[in-house]
Amino acid sequence: MTAAQPNGRSERPASAVAILSAAAPPVLEVRDLKTQFFTDEGIVHAVDGVSFSVAAGETLGIVGESGSGKSVTALSLMRLLEEPSRITGGEIRFQGRDVMAMTPGELRALRGGGIAMVFQDPMTSLNPVLRIARQLVETMVVHGRYTADAAAERAVKLLGRMGITAPERAIHSYPHQFSGGMRQRVALAIGMSNDPALLLADEPTTALDVTIQAQILDLLRELNRDFGTAIVLISHDLGVIAGVCARVIVMYAGEVVEEGPAEALLSDPRHPYSWALINAVPRIDRGALEGKRLTTIEGAPPDPLAHAAGCRFAERCPFRIAKCVEHPPLAEVAPGRRARCWVTQAGRSLVGPRAEDALAAEAKAEAKPFDHGVEATLARGERLLEARGVVKHFPLPRAGLFGPTRVVRAVDGVDFDVAQGETVGLVGESGCGKSTLARVLVRIHRPDAGSIRLAGQEIAQSQPSAIRPLRRRMQMVFQDPYASLNPRMTVGQILGEPLVFHRITKGARETSAHVDELLNVVGLSPKAAQRYPHEFSGGQRQRISIARALAVRPDFIVADEPISALDVNIQAQIINLLIDLQERYGLAYLFIAHDLAVVRHISERIVVLYLGKVAEIAPAAALFESPLHPYTRHLISAVPIPDAAIESRRQHLQLAGEPPSAIDPPSGCRFRTRCPLAQPICTEVAPPLAEHRPGHFAACHFAGQF
Amino acid sequence: MTATAARPALAAASVPLPASRRRRWLRRYGLASLGAAIILAWILVALLAPLILPYLPDTVEVTKRLQPPEAAHWLGTDALGRDDLTRLLYGARISLSTGFIVVVVGAVFGTLLGGIAAYARGAVEELIMRATDLVLCFPPIILALAIAAALGIGTTNTIIAMLVVWWPKFARLARSLVLVQRSHEYVEAATVVGLTPARILLRHIIPNAIGPLVVLVTLDVGNAIITFAGLSFLGLGVVPPTPEWGSMVAEGRELVEQWWVAAFPGLAILTIVLGFNFLGDGIRDWLDPKARRR
Amino acid sequence: MLRYVVSRLGLSVVMALLATLVIFLIANTVPGDPVLAQLGDVAASNKEFVAAWRAKYGLDLPLWERYFVFLKGLVHGDLGISIASQRPVLDDIEQFAPATLELASVGFLLALVVGIPLGIIAAVRRDSWIDHLARLVSLVGVSSPTFWLAFIMLALFYGGLQVAPGPGRLDPIAFPPPTVTGLYLVDTALAGDWAAFRDALAHLILPSLVLAAATLGLLTRTTRASMLESMQQDYVRMARAKGLSEWRVILGHVLPNALIPVVTLGGLAYANLLTGAVMTETVFSWPGLGRYTFTSAAALDFPAIMGITLIVAVTYLVINLLIDISYALMDPRVVR
Repeated sequence: MTAAQPNGRSERPASAVAILSAAAPPVLEVRDLKTQFFTDEGIVHAVDGVSFSVAAGETLGIVGESGSGKSVTALSLMRLLEEPSRITGGEIRFQGRDVMAMTPGELRALRGGGIAMVFQDPMTSLNPVLRIARQLVETMVVHGRYTADAAAERAVKLLGRMGITAPERAIHSYPHQFSGGMRQRVALAIGMSNDPALLLADEPTTALDVTIQAQILDLLRELNRDFGTAIVLISHDLGVIAGVCARVIVMYAGEVVEEGPAEALLSDPRHPYSWALINAVPRIDRGALEGKRLTTIEGAPPDPLAHAAGCRFAERCPFRIAKCVEHPPLAEVAPGRRARCWVTQAGRSLVGPRAEDALAAEAKAEAKPFDHGVEATLARGERLLEARGVVKHFPLPRAGLFGPTRVVRAVDGVDFDVAQGETVGLVGESGCGKSTLARVLVRIHRPDAGSIRLAGQEIAQSQPSAIRPLRRRMQMVFQDPYASLNPRMTVGQILGEPLVFHRITKGARETSAHVDELLNVVGLSPKAAQRYPHEFSGGQRQRISIARALAVRPDFIVADEPISALDVNIQAQIINLLIDLQERYGLAYLFIAHDLAVVRHISERIVVLYLGKVAEIAPAAALFESPLHPYTRHLISAVPIPDAAIESRRQHLQLAGEPPSAIDPPSGCRFRTRCPLAQPICTEVAPPLAEHRPGHFAACHFAGQF
Repeated sequence: MTATAARPALAAASVPLPASRRRRWLRRYGLASLGAAIILAWILVALLAPLILPYLPDTVEVTKRLQPPEAAHWLGTDALGRDDLTRLLYGARISLSTGFIVVVVGAVFGTLLGGIAAYARGAVEELIMRATDLVLCFPPIILALAIAAALGIGTTNTIIAMLVVWWPKFARLARSLVLVQRSHEYVEAATVVGLTPARILLRHIIPNAIGPLVVLVTLDVGNAIITFAGLSFLGLGVVPPTPEWGSMVAEGRELVEQWWVAAFPGLAILTIVLGFNFLGDGIRDWLDPKARRR
Repeated sequence: MLRYVVSRLGLSVVMALLATLVIFLIANTVPGDPVLAQLGDVAASNKEFVAAWRAKYGLDLPLWERYFVFLKGLVHGDLGISIASQRPVLDDIEQFAPATLELASVGFLLALVVGIPLGIIAAVRRDSWIDHLARLVSLVGVSSPTFWLAFIMLALFYGGLQVAPGPGRLDPIAFPPPTVTGLYLVDTALAGDWAAFRDALAHLILPSLVLAAATLGLLTRTTRASMLESMQQDYVRMARAKGLSEWRVILGHVLPNALIPVVTLGGLAYANLLTGAVMTETVFSWPGLGRYTFTSAAALDFPAIMGITLIVAVTYLVINLLIDISYALMDPRVVR
């Protein structure tokens, strides 16, 4: 039974689940599911013999990276696949009924009735031209359980239950009038509207901010507890899984490679891939204590067109043994736990991170040291970048010829410094202005006000031609690996262009040699120079971007969410690469991210932004151990930790409401609309960024008083 | 129910084989190649016309007027006894050349203006875009008509009239393409590297924006050919006795009995425009990143 | 929403005025001389006659004065006197406009009724025989020169098969119905003259089919492309996951999104039909605005040219305005 806890959450009732599952048939039973895509190049085995079951009221997590087949599995469950993909084998049973044998009518009754699904991007999964009311009501009416009027009433109640304020008004809105979090609540309302026995959630929070994610995950836990709906949660984020799911299965290359209770699996993985995933993820509750480098494995998931005959993970596995040329079955390695690995099935367990063994032969200290030509005019620790009062507003298109001019106050007065050789992390949620700030610092945009000094020289209002020589000292790496490289230039041309333009090399041969070195430094083969960007994976493209930034031998690199678009393992590889490069060349970084754990791992100091202003600046450890600003505190509390035991005991501080708009920010302190400490003074006076402790700044009238 | 009978969804037996490479290529580029072939054929024919034809387009032979298609005159003769096939093939020269000239010149001019508008922004952009809007206020035929009437008939004047009408759509497209490109991160990266705006435009923006422009140019040549022929049909285009498809149709307009006089020139227009449409569609599909499986 | 409409309206008025200026300039800075065109050689050699003639049509005033005369007339609803017909241009236009309106509307309706469903089916049954047929038909429709198509239709159905009536709105011996709207279908129905109604309808068929051909091609292609794009969106998958039937998904979810660009293009196509049916009207001897435009242009009848162009530009602007408004109504994301 559920035990009432101080924060209203239930302990995962493992024993209760065991009792339930013994009594009733499992809500979902999947046996040896095979789904294939028939492409022109051949057959892709997206799901290759996956079996699992979900008991009534249970929460199951499916973890895997892109290409693992987890999303395809979910779509297969309701037969939502379209040509050219097809289920080619296996059995799916929902409450004992064979899904594959259902007639179209029965299938339609199942979809949205017995099983409901929620997708990743709520912006695109809601129809933009239909009102919310219509999208909610139709799903209830179509299943015949409610009349139109009854459905309309219930829709309002559902929205309220999902946490949307003023649901009677909200229901007549259109999706684009809602924020991401609210849209996902609507999607959940749609999903729950027919009281399904099972809810499939495919990366439901990936597109959301951390604090909003925490709200949605809370909601999921509530739905499971209050309605007894079984939940299958698919995610690449172990922390999310740990916070919601009682059991976890890990997928790799279309197969289940490990299965077991969340707590046990996350603390003691029995498959090398799970082990790699868990150790590749930086944790917010651990600083960079155990050495800065993350455990990572080289390579990428195998080509789905042609899987290896033996263990599919073997080519990347640091624990590989001779037997791995045979394909291992999914067998029990401990009571209630199964893994597809010869090593662990033989009884061995995977001991703690063997960092030295596991590290790939990436370009390391063995490589020729790169000639850092430009004389360092600053000693380490001196101020490289100083930003004071930086302001950037964007005008919006006017509503009509006579409408008022509105501006988005993206960056509204930001001060901070970056010292030579230092890594400063910049965090904040969407709308805080961090991307705009990055672009202003690098002078892609011109700031409306404020001062920016690079190595002592003022660049805020200078002409582009005056800044051009300074460009060699400051470079940028962008978020989207697909859009940041010119698709019509070869890699060699992309890397050669800055070299030639800044006259770092002369002549084709020298340039080409230099390009090869750059590629080597970032871990790519020199053959890459002849190829085009689209021939590379996301992680490789990010390496090329980094190489481009390095080409001019900068002192300072602004990295704008450089890893957000990548898989966990590749993220770890790139983080390690960045750390390497910093050690080798004494680079300073401004590392912008929304992932607090990564930022904690890599940064020495951290700047927290909220709605265009700085909320807090502090050394990394101090920020996480004793934050001064209430926003920081909530932010840290919202980050999920990939440890089920800790997650179940954790108290998540709930941040109420939605982030206010940057067009019309609240007066005084911008955080006051959501702050539990807000007082009248917060409405009147904007708090200054004051140094409350040595090196620790916060912009709050009541800093630290919680 | 047996297991297999209850599984209509598992059609393992009817697994389609991966299509052969040739079939794939045909499916994707077959029509476009056909279009290119048609265009090339017409270009060849237009160039080689004097060499392969026994007649001249201007040879009047009143005794042989209005002959239906026969051995001596494959496409028949017109009201003045001139061989229709000859006039048709010579007409290809006019149509092709005027079509190309109007579209290429219009495209270059329009793209330049649109590119400048997008890069300069501010007042310059407003001015250029309002001018574009103004011209687009008028249906093309009317404006071209008015200008051609004002300038007088003749090939050159008609081309000028069409040019005035033709550049705005390229300006619009070029501007929106450049605007989109500017916000791409690799253009921002080029700015951060420190490249000059001219270099960014040349090396980064234009090569990536050129695709849709090429598609529009290809598709538009067909439009230009039709429009020029239409103006000639109305009596504004070429000066008689120059053989031109539109005016040939006009000559045969009343001759419902002697349908071949008007039918074949129009058919020629149809085939050549189809060719350009096939080719243009094919290029568009080739450029579409969603369609490419790379 | 109201503010949006008002501002767009204001913009349209400004554009219309600018349009008049442009046309005025074109018409008046021209190598050709209207005098010669109208009077013929004998009269033109008589200087006094020429001068008097010029004065009568205000052709002796300086450029900018003539423009103001024109603008002043506009405000009073006067578009000048046509040199060719000696009537107020407005009267000419009033006489010819209904014929064009009727023809263009029927043609557009045909294209709409066939083209959009064809595009929808082609998209839903992609790569089927009907898809290939639809694409072929639309390509041919878009690639055929209108004047030629008009001739072919006439030659085939009137000359060859003799199933359709000849050029013109009615049979040569028939009397037109009493003018209420100028639209023969409406007027004959109002007068209860069903024989004339059938006659008018029969004469409408061929030319409207010709007009419909190219528009049909455009509508089918656009609808198909837009449907295909919308069908790939995530909300379609979501709709299926809710248990909606396939047709409900297509009609209820995909179509409202897919039709938005179709409305825009379709509106423009209608505007083009209304204002540019020159070819068809010429071949079918249809007494409409298109033919009037052509004859005025050939005769260098400046008042007529300016009047027509103004009407045309205004029509275009009005339809563009309606398109913008309907776009804003259909797509809630537009800033209103």
